[in-house]
Formats: sequence, structure tokens, C-alpha cells
Amino acid sequence: MSEKFDVRGLSCPLPVVKVKNKLTELETGTLKVLVDTGTAKDNISRMANNNGWKVEAKEQGEEYLLIITK
Amino acid sequence: MSLKNWFLSRKIIIITGAFIGIAATVLQKLGNPANMGICVACFERDIAGALGFHRAAVVQYIRPEIIGFVLGALIAALLFKEFKPRGGSSPLIRFVLGFLAMIGSLVFLGCPWRALLRLSGGDGNALFGIAGLVAGISIGIFFIKSGFDLGRNQRVRPLAGWVLPSIMVGILLLLIFRTQLPTGAVFFSSEGPGSQYAPVLIALLIALIIGFVAQRTRFCTVAAARDVILIKDTYLFTGVVSLLIAAWISNIILGQFNPGFQGQPVAHTSQIWNFGGMVLAGLAFTLAGGCPGRQLFLSGEGDSDASVFVLGMIFGAGFAHNFATSSSGAGPGTWGPAAVIVGLIICLLMGFSMSDLAKKKKEVSV
Repeated sequence: MSEKFDVRGLSCPLPVVKVKNKLTELETGTLKVLVDTGTAKDNISRMANNNGWKVEAKEQGEEYLLIITK
Repeated sequence: MSLKNWFLSRKIIIITGAFIGIAATVLQKLGNPANMGICVACFERDIAGALGFHRAAVVQYIRPEIIGFVLGALIAALLFKEFKPRGGSSPLIRFVLGFLAMIGSLVFLGCPWRALLRLSGGDGNALFGIAGLVAGISIGIFFIKSGFDLGRNQRVRPLAGWVLPSIMVGILLLLIFRTQLPTGAVFFSSEGPGSQYAPVLIALLIALIIGFVAQRTRFCTVAAARDVILIKDTYLFTGVVSLLIAAWISNIILGQFNPGFQGQPVAHTSQIWNFGGMVLAGLAFTLAGGCPGRQLFLSGEGDSDASVFVLGMIFGAGFAHNFATSSSGAGPGTWGPAAVIVGLIICLLMGFSMSDLAKKKKEVSV
């Protein structure tokens, strides 16, 4: 399963909460996440790492694409 | 490890917390009020007084710490390409949340930062405030889990991101030149906490460093507790614990540690309202996404919604003193308890109406 999940523009802590909920629904696979602030990128990456999931962050202009593999 | 990621290590957040704790106690030694080396709510209240938004003569001063927090974060955001002017996420709701957060903070007599510093100086009353803060944050988490959402922000024209930093430069000039108009403004206290301050340049420099580092590390005293409860993340919590321990040790070394409940500086012993005030503040900060310091750092990043929250706090400070909701050493102000109750009702209404709870209720009734 691979889809792009848009959490741009959401206030803290909604990006990390929504991504965590989405990943909880996912048994295994990859989730692509679009974020627009460094804080959201850092929080989501830390949450994923703490759960043992692999995170790859790509800068796309002023936004970031996070590829999280569970 | 890139420089960007280096700031996000556990070691750096611990150093950041320790630096803030030590800096606050040193600022107190250099002249800031007791157990108030840094207090975002109190210092914004002092700025409101200096500008004449309230006339409580003992709490009027332009605090360079607030200015430094915003400008330090601005410098970091510009250097690391994180200055992104944005806004439009329920600004008026955020203004009200800022207003209510200030009302609650001034009933307790301090924001989350000062609650920690009061405890580190031996003020046992702070324990009730911190308990209230955690209770308020927990209620906020309930709403977040129930889908509370202020809506997405959008990229806005660059000028919007520069508004609060520009206001900060403006009031810094008022502080430097000590402008005196025939009306009496700018007002500077000649007695009381407002007359106690560290040298301007030192305070500004320390605050610039804190603003810079806090923007990089995402330091936030409310998210510290929120993230532990909500997502089991202890990153920010270790920073806050580090602040508390460092300030406590520094207070002992500097001879500023005086344990007890009675006669604590700029504090009262009405524990129910120490608790209640901070329930309101904790809830309002959580619904708005961060502590008062974090709102200043976000403003430095160009987040105009956070700036609106800050302006709401300053407006709230004016109201709190003009309408006797602010506490003093003697206890809560005449209308303080009523203001906390009304504030809580407003926050609960927002929580229910702006989350999925309202939808569920509608579905049930259909």
C-alpha cells in the first residue's frame, strides 16, 4: 500500500497525531506524507523512529515529503 | 549528522533546558523579580502596562526578554530557511485562546515557564499550578483526540510574517529611548516587580540566544507534557526537566532557594485558584498548539496565527488588571475566580464545537 497523506498547514500536534493514526491503521507498507514545517517533519520522524519505522525525508522546495515504511 | 538534525538530539534539548534554567536564575540575580527570571505571561503583562493598556503602576516595563525571544527565533528561522509566512487558521479563536491563557496565568501568577521557576526557587504553591497545568493539558488532549482542529493555515504574503518581529523592534526602540509623551506613556514602574529588571543588553542577548536555540530545538513547556501523554514522546519533557533541575541547582548556588508556601515572592496561597488558573491556561495553550514561549518562537518563524495568540495574551493582560481578575500576593483578584470559570466554559465550548464531538451529538439527535 502506498498513498500520499497531506498534513500541510495543520497546527501542532495534529500532523504527528494524524500520521500516527494513519500508520496504526496500516499493517505493513509505506506511507508518503506531505508536510510544510520543520517542526512537523521532526515530530513525525521522531515518532516513526520511536516506533521502529523507517523514515526518509526529502526536501521539495519549501515543503517536505516523508516516506515512512512500517 | 547535519547541523539541522544536530539541534534535535536529546543532548541538545537537555542543554537547552539547562541553559534556560540557569539563564533565568542569573537574570533574577541581575535584577529581574524573584522567581521571575523569565515569565512569558508576566513579561507580556509588563509590556501591556508600559504601553498603557492597563494602569497597574507596579507592573509596567518593556521586557527585552520577549523581544529577544521573537527576534532570536527570527534569526534562526532565516538562517535555516524556516521563515515561512503563514496564517488563516482561526485567527480570532486563537486571539480568544491567548486572552484566556493570560487570564488563567495571571490568576496563578505565572505562565508554565514561571511555574517551573517558582518551584525551582522553593515556592511550594507552584506545585498546585503545575498540577492544574497538567490537568488543563489533559483536557486539551481529550479534545485533540476527539478531532479538535482549528483548520489549516495557508502561505500568506511575506509582510504578514514580519508584523510581530517589527512590533518587537518598535517597542525595543521605545525601551532604548524611554520615550515620554505628555500622556505619561511609555510607562515604567518606579516600584514593584516592574521596577526590577536585569541590564537591558544582557537580558536581550540571553533572550536572543534562547529564541535562537528554542526555534531550532522546538522547545515548548506545554508540548513537553502533551507529547508524553499523547504520543509517548519524552524529547521535550527531558528539556523541561533539565530546566527545572538546572534552575534549582543554580538557585541554591546563588542563594535564591527559599522553600515554603507562605510569603513566596509574587505568589499567593489560594491553592484552588493556583490550580484553577493553570487548568484554564493549560487548556488554552494546548488548544492553541503550544506554550506562550513557543507562540513567540513560532511568531519569529512567520506564523501570524501564533502572533495573533500573542496579541490576545497582551490584550488579556490589559483586561486582567483593568477588570481585577489578576491575583496579587494577597490572593485572587475580585473577579479572578469568576473569570476562570467563564474562561473554562468558553474553552470547553470551543473544544466541543470544533471537534468531532459536535458531529457525533448531531448524528445521535438525527
